[in-house]
Amino acid sequence: MRRGSSEPIRDPRAALVLFHARALQALLLVLLVLLALAARFFWLQVVDHESYLTRSEDNRLRVQPIAPSRGLIYDREGRILADNVPAYRLELVPERVADLGATIAALREVLPIADDDVARFYELRSARRRFHSIPLKFRLSESEVAAFAVRRHLFPGVDVVPYLTRFYPRGPAFAHVVGYVGRVDARDRERIDLGRYAATSHIGKTGIERFYEDLLHGEAGYERVETNAEGRVLSVVERQAPRPGRHLYLSLDAELQEIAEEAFAGRNGAAVAIDPRNGEVLLLLSMPGFDTNAFVNGIGRSDYAALLASPHRPLFNRALQGGYEPGSTLKPFLGLAGLDLGVRGADDTVLSVGEYRLPGQQQGYRDWRRGGHGRVGLKESIAQSVNTYFYSLAADMGIDRMGEYMTRFGFGAPVGIDLLGESPGVLPSRQWKRAQLNQPWYPGETVIAGIGQGFWVTSPLQLATATAILAAGGERAPIHLLRATQDGFNAQRIELNYPREENVLQSQPAHWRLIHEGMVAVMHGPTGTARAVGADSPYRIAGKTGTAQRVRRGEGEYDEDAVPEHLRHQALFIAFAPAEAPRIAVVVVVEAGSSGARTAAPVARRIMDAWLVRQDQSLASGPSTGRGPDSEPR
Amino acid sequence: MLDVQLAERINRLWRRLARMPHLDLPLLLMLLLLAGTGLAVLYAAADGDLNLFLRQALRICVGFAVLLALARVPPTWLLRAAPWFYLVTLLLLASVLLLGEGRGAARWLSLGPLRFQPSELAKLAVPTMLAWYLYRERLPPGWIALVVAALLIGLPALMIVRQPDLGTAVMVGVSGLFVVFLAGMSWWRILGIGAALAASLPVAWQYLHEYQRNRIRMLLDPEADPLGHGWNIIQSKIAVGSGGMWGKGWQQGTQSRLEFLPEHTTDFIFAVFAEEFGLVGVALLLLLYALIIGRGMWLAMQASDTFGRLLGGAVCLAFFTYVAVNAGMISGLLPVVGVPMPLLSYGGTSAVSLLAGFGILMSVYGHRRQAMGLR
Repeated sequence: MRRGSSEPIRDPRAALVLFHARALQALLLVLLVLLALAARFFWLQVVDHESYLTRSEDNRLRVQPIAPSRGLIYDREGRILADNVPAYRLELVPERVADLGATIAALREVLPIADDDVARFYELRSARRRFHSIPLKFRLSESEVAAFAVRRHLFPGVDVVPYLTRFYPRGPAFAHVVGYVGRVDARDRERIDLGRYAATSHIGKTGIERFYEDLLHGEAGYERVETNAEGRVLSVVERQAPRPGRHLYLSLDAELQEIAEEAFAGRNGAAVAIDPRNGEVLLLLSMPGFDTNAFVNGIGRSDYAALLASPHRPLFNRALQGGYEPGSTLKPFLGLAGLDLGVRGADDTVLSVGEYRLPGQQQGYRDWRRGGHGRVGLKESIAQSVNTYFYSLAADMGIDRMGEYMTRFGFGAPVGIDLLGESPGVLPSRQWKRAQLNQPWYPGETVIAGIGQGFWVTSPLQLATATAILAAGGERAPIHLLRATQDGFNAQRIELNYPREENVLQSQPAHWRLIHEGMVAVMHGPTGTARAVGADSPYRIAGKTGTAQRVRRGEGEYDEDAVPEHLRHQALFIAFAPAEAPRIAVVVVVEAGSSGARTAAPVARRIMDAWLVRQDQSLASGPSTGRGPDSEPR
Repeated sequence: MLDVQLAERINRLWRRLARMPHLDLPLLLMLLLLAGTGLAVLYAAADGDLNLFLRQALRICVGFAVLLALARVPPTWLLRAAPWFYLVTLLLLASVLLLGEGRGAARWLSLGPLRFQPSELAKLAVPTMLAWYLYRERLPPGWIALVVAALLIGLPALMIVRQPDLGTAVMVGVSGLFVVFLAGMSWWRILGIGAALAASLPVAWQYLHEYQRNRIRMLLDPEADPLGHGWNIIQSKIAVGSGGMWGKGWQQGTQSRLEFLPEHTTDFIFAVFAEEFGLVGVALLLLLYALIIGRGMWLAMQASDTFGRLLGGAVCLAFFTYVAVNAGMISGLLPVVGVPMPLLSYGGTSAVSLLAGFGILMSVYGHRRQAMGLR
C-alpha cells in the first residue's frame, strides 16, 4: 500500500495555523452549545422547578380513599345475619391504562368478565377521578386470581385487590327483612355524599341494609401512597384509618324466623310477630324469600328476569307491602270500638238467623253458618265469628266513627317500622271513597266493612301492630327492628331508647278484657273457631281467625275467572299469648289457604310455642303438639 | 516520622507518574473523576442492582486499560493500520446485518463469550480512516477529496442505519465530518452542504422507521400521547425539573427509583443525575465535560502531524457531540435517539471505545516528538 512518506502540504506551519483556527472555532461552538444547555437546565430546574416538582410528586404520591368495613347485622341473640367475608376483585386505574378497550378485551381472554361488569365499569369510570382505581370484576375465584397473577406484568394499571364482601349466611327467610347490598349505581349516587363513598363499591339496597345504610357504612379513610410507574403501591406515606360502620343488633330472632319459614311449608304468605310490651319486631317473614347473596355482586339478567316473572313474586315483601282484606280478624277491634263508643253494652246480645238485612233493603248479608248462631253476645260472637253481630254493630256505629276508632289501631297509615316501602293499606271512609272512586258512600258498605271486607286493605305488619295494641290493652309501643348498635367488636352495645308507649285507646280495662276473653274462647272455648289449634296449648292463647279474598291493588280489575279457585281464599290468623300477660303478638297470612283456622293458626301456634317455650321452660313440660322448637332455650 | 516517609513516597510516585511520557495527567485525572461520578450515579440509578454496577465498573477498568495501552502505541502504527481497521469494521458491520442479534434492531455480534456492537468500532474507524485519507490530501480539501470523504463516511453510516440504529449512524457520520471540518473545509461549502441536507430532509423522512418518526413527532408535542411515545420525554423533563437547584440527593430521585423514567441506567441516566444533584450538579458536570474537551483539543493542537491533529480533534468533538445530544435529549430539546452520556450511561462498548479514543489522543500527544523524528 501507499506509504504516507510525503506531506501534501508544502508548509506545515500553514497547516498548523489552519488547524488551530478550526480547533478554536470548534471550541467556541462547544462553549456556546454547553452554555445553551446550561441555560436550558436553568430553565427546567429553576424557572419551571415548581411545576415539575408538583408533577413528580403527583407521579409519586397518590391519595387513595379507603372504604370503611361495613357494620355487621346480628339478630337479638347475636347470630350473624349479614357478614363480611374476604374476597378478591379486579381493579383498573384508567389513568395508567393507555387503551381501556384493548386492555379489557385482553383481560377477558385471561378470565371471564360479564358484559354487565364491563358496562358497570364504564358507568363508574365516568363518575370517578382518572387516577382512582375502579373495580371491574368482583369475587374472583382462586383460579381466576392465579390466572391473572401470572400475567400481571402484561397489564400495567390493573391489579387484583383483596376486599370484604357482604355475605348473608342464613338463607331466603331473611331476604326481605335484612335486605341486601348491591353495587352503587347512578340512582344511589344522587342521594349519597360522594366523598364518603369514594372507595365504597356497595350500598344497602333494601331492608335493614338500606334503612340503616348511614349507620352501617361508616366513614371513609384515606391513605397517601407512593406508587411506581405501573401504579402499584410501594409504600404508605400517611394514613387516616377509616371509621368502620356500626354493628346492628336487631330485635329479630333468627331461630323464630326459620321456624316460621319451615311452618309455612312452601306456601306463600307472611308472618309478623311483635312483642306488645315494647314494640320489638321478633319475626318479619315474607314467603317465598330469595337468595340475597346473588344480588351482592350483580345478579345475572336472566336470573333476575326469572325472579321477576315468578308467579310467587319472591321479590315482593308481603309483610310490609302485601294488601290483604283483614276479614274476620277485624272483629275483636270492632267489638272493642262498640263498647268504647257506647254503641253496645257488655251484655248486649243479637239474634243471628243466618242473614242480616238493613231496614228497608232487600240485600241480605249472610252468616257463615246456614241458619245462624242464635242469640249471641259479644264474647260468643268473637269465638264463633258471628257476622250478624258485627253487621248490626257496624250499621249502628256508622262508617265515620268506625274509621276514627280504627285509626287508633294504626289501620290506614304506615306503622313506622324501620324499613322502607311500607304500604299504608286502606281504611274505608267516605273521604277515601270520594278521593279514590269519586263515589258517595253507601250504607251497605258500612255493613260489609263491619266484617273486615269491602274496601279494607291491611298489611300483615299493620294487623300485627293492631294486635299488639289490643294485647297491651291499648298501649302502642313504637314498632322497631333495631335494638342496639355497637361501635366495633369489643365496644359496649348501645341500646336504643325508643319513646315510651302511649295509650292510644283510653279504653276501660273491663272492655278490652272482654275482648280478650272472646279471643281466648276462639282457641279454648267449646265452640271456638280455632279450638283444634288451641286445645293442647300449655299456655292460654287469645286469637282470631279470618278467611278473605286477596285484594290485588295496582294490577287492574280483579278478574275472578283468571284466578284459580285455590288462590282465592286468604287464610288469616291473629293471636297473642299468654293471654293473661301477652309477650308475643302474631299475625299469619297464608295465601291460598283453606281457612284461617286450618291453615294460618297452626303456623302461628308453632311461632308462639317456639317463642314462649324458649322464654319459659316450664311451658315445655305441659302438653304440646310436639312441634315446638328443637333447640335449647337460651 | 511515618508521615514524612509517606509524604516522600507519594511525592516520588507523583514524579514518576508526571514523567510518564505518553500520558497527560490532567486529562487522565478528569476522566477518572468523570468515570467515578458515572459509577456513583449508576449505583443510585440501578437501585440496588449491584451486578449491573459491578459489570460497568469492570468495563470502565477495561476501558482505562485500553486507554493506557493505546497511549503507548505510536501514531505511525495507527496510520499504517487505519485502512485495515476501516475494512475490518465494514466487514463486521456487514456481518451484523446478516447475522446480528438484539431486540428489535440487530446491533450485536457475538464472538465467543464476547458480545459487542461493531457500530461502536465504526465510531473510531471512520475518523481514523478520514484522517488517514485527508492527511495525504492538499488542505483545505477540494471537491474530489470531499466526495471521497463523503463515501468513506456514508458507507458505514448507511449500514448502521439499516440495523437500524439512527443515533449511532449519526454519531459515526458526525465524527467523520469533524475530521473534514478540522481539515479546513471552507465555511461556504459547509453551509452549502448543510442547506442541501436540510432540503433533502422530507425525503429522508420517508426512509425513517415509524418509531423514529414518532420520536421526532413527540419532541414537537410530547403531551399529545403522554402514555405512549411522549412518555420518555415528559418523564425525563419531570425528573430534571423536579431536581431544582440542589437536587433531591443521591439515591433520592423518585422518578428513576419508582420507574417513571425509562432507560434510567442507560440513555436517560443524565436525567437521574439532574434529578439527584440539581442544577449545581449539572453545571459542575457540564464544566467537567467542557474541561475534558478543552484539554483534549489542546492536546490535539500540540500534535506534530496532520493525521494526529485531525484524529485527536475529531475524537474530542465526537465526545462533545455525545454530551450535547444526550443532554439535549433528556432536557427535551432533541428527539429521543439512542445516544449515551459519555462515561455516565451503562454500556460497555461505548465506554471502552470512548476511552480508546482518548488513548489515541494521548498517544498522538505523547509521541509528538517521536513522530517528528520518525519522519
